[in-house]
Amino acid sequence: MQRTKVRRVLPGFGLSMGFTLGYMSLIVLIPLSAVFFKASSLGPEGFWAAATSPRVVASYKLSFGASLLAAAINVVFGLMLAWSLVRYSFPGRRIVDALVDLPFALPTAVAGIALTALYAKNGWLGQYLTQIGIDVAFTPLGVLVALIFEGVPFVVRTVQPVLEDLDLEFEEAAASLGATRVQTFRRVVLPMLAPALLTGFALAFARAVGEYGSVIFIAGNIPMVSEITPLIIITKLEQYDYAGATTVAAVMLVISFILLLIINGLQAWSARSSERAR
Amino acid sequence: MTVVTPTLSAARSRATRFEDSPAAREPFLVKWTVIVVSIAFFVTFLVLPLLAVFAEAMRKGWAAYLTAITQPDALSAIRLTLLAAGIAVPLNVLFGIAAAWAVAKHDFRGKQLLITLIDLPFSVSPVIAGLIYVLVFGAQGWFGPWLYEHDIKIIFAVPGIVLATIFVTVPFVARELIPLMQSQGREEEEAALVLGASGLQTFTRVTLPNIKWGLLYGVILCNARAMGEFGAVSVVSGHIRGQTNTMPLHVEILYNEYNFAAAFAVASLLALLALVTLTIKTMIEWRAASSVVEIEEAA
Repeated sequence: MQRTKVRRVLPGFGLSMGFTLGYMSLIVLIPLSAVFFKASSLGPEGFWAAATSPRVVASYKLSFGASLLAAAINVVFGLMLAWSLVRYSFPGRRIVDALVDLPFALPTAVAGIALTALYAKNGWLGQYLTQIGIDVAFTPLGVLVALIFEGVPFVVRTVQPVLEDLDLEFEEAAASLGATRVQTFRRVVLPMLAPALLTGFALAFARAVGEYGSVIFIAGNIPMVSEITPLIIITKLEQYDYAGATTVAAVMLVISFILLLIINGLQAWSARSSERAR
Repeated sequence: MTVVTPTLSAARSRATRFEDSPAAREPFLVKWTVIVVSIAFFVTFLVLPLLAVFAEAMRKGWAAYLTAITQPDALSAIRLTLLAAGIAVPLNVLFGIAAAWAVAKHDFRGKQLLITLIDLPFSVSPVIAGLIYVLVFGAQGWFGPWLYEHDIKIIFAVPGIVLATIFVTVPFVARELIPLMQSQGREEEEAALVLGASGLQTFTRVTLPNIKWGLLYGVILCNARAMGEFGAVSVVSGHIRGQTNTMPLHVEILYNEYNFAAAFAVASLLALLALVTLTIKTMIEWRAASSVVEIEEAA
């Protein structure tokens, strides 16, 4: 391809670009950099000590463990839900489709108190779960439930468009070559959905790790047991331990950046493979 | 580009297309098992919490409900929430339009990096979004001493709440408009300019009508998040009743005081907002889908 210098035809590039960069810098980039400046003021040893104290490590385990599990559960049920919405017609389908985005629209604090009410010992679901010996509210299980709630739309909404665009030819070809429906699903459909499923998983996971509002009500927030990492930051701030709070925040930020890069890569892969499938 | 919020995708769901082909059809039992399991999951995790909000809000009857949402503290929380969203949403609309104009209508190096950066606030924990402003404007922060000398309060005051709200809602409008304006190309704007329209005329008469539904879509999602934000606002608010409490923070305070019915009453207003948001969003999607069908039929 021959590259020629393209003259800008449309006006306003300088103004819109300047405003965009200025706004981003003032609102997002410069304030975010404060985390790293503040965290580095501790020095390497102080940073390491603050980032790996037992209570903080316990919170990483809970936050990352519960987030992984919640994202995995969402992949399974999200795929089934997306499959039902795209491939089957059933009464109420459009309402279900519209309500899938509820976690995006419902404030996290509202979700948090609603889930707590549901799973408390006298709640609609809690009363039955208590009878069979399962306590959800005020345990790590409660953290999991809240993170599942927040993650539902991510998997459904990344898989759904891919499933809609999937050309039937592939399945018809597999069937005409004698594959059973199960074989076709496992060997033909699932591989084509894999990039979207992984992207949805990563998005749900990234969201769950940083989630705060919906979790703190139902978690019980017992140190070493059901205390998530974002809450550790808040607790340290309330104790005026700014350096400690910032250290934990820096660890989380670095992980978020890495996740963002992974998600971008996954989406590029997902876009390429659905191009091919068309 | 990271799909973190719903985007306005055209032409939704043609289930019949799949059910017509024998190769893509599952046995009756498999079909209904998948539907029943996925709907059971959907009802347990999404519908029941929503119903619980309204059931708990009504537990003590209408009178208690109305008292809870018309208390002075509740009203001032509603006012502050409206104020924060009223500042954050227009600013982010302006930002979204500027960013989309720069990214979609021009070529420059580092475009992909800029798009990723715009998405950044979505990957940052809300708690950290609040923390960064404490580090910049708080008593121990970069500008803390200077602000103290000049008697300006940002943290534990309204400006901090507005800033935190702006941060968490930065990407909403931009991420909606960028792909939309990229897909529309530049020919229409270029034609308008050639015909003698000014830059501003080109934007208001050509670009704006083309993006109005995408813009509205971004605005309602941005607004829902702005009014509902909890974590980021919680860090910078200081929880001063009647002064720095937004609606979600007011819900938390009432709940922690074991005033459950009142907490759920205020929460039900936010749940209603969520339902209105989803309704408008769905209507825009249906509109987009039917206009695609019209174009396909006309072709």
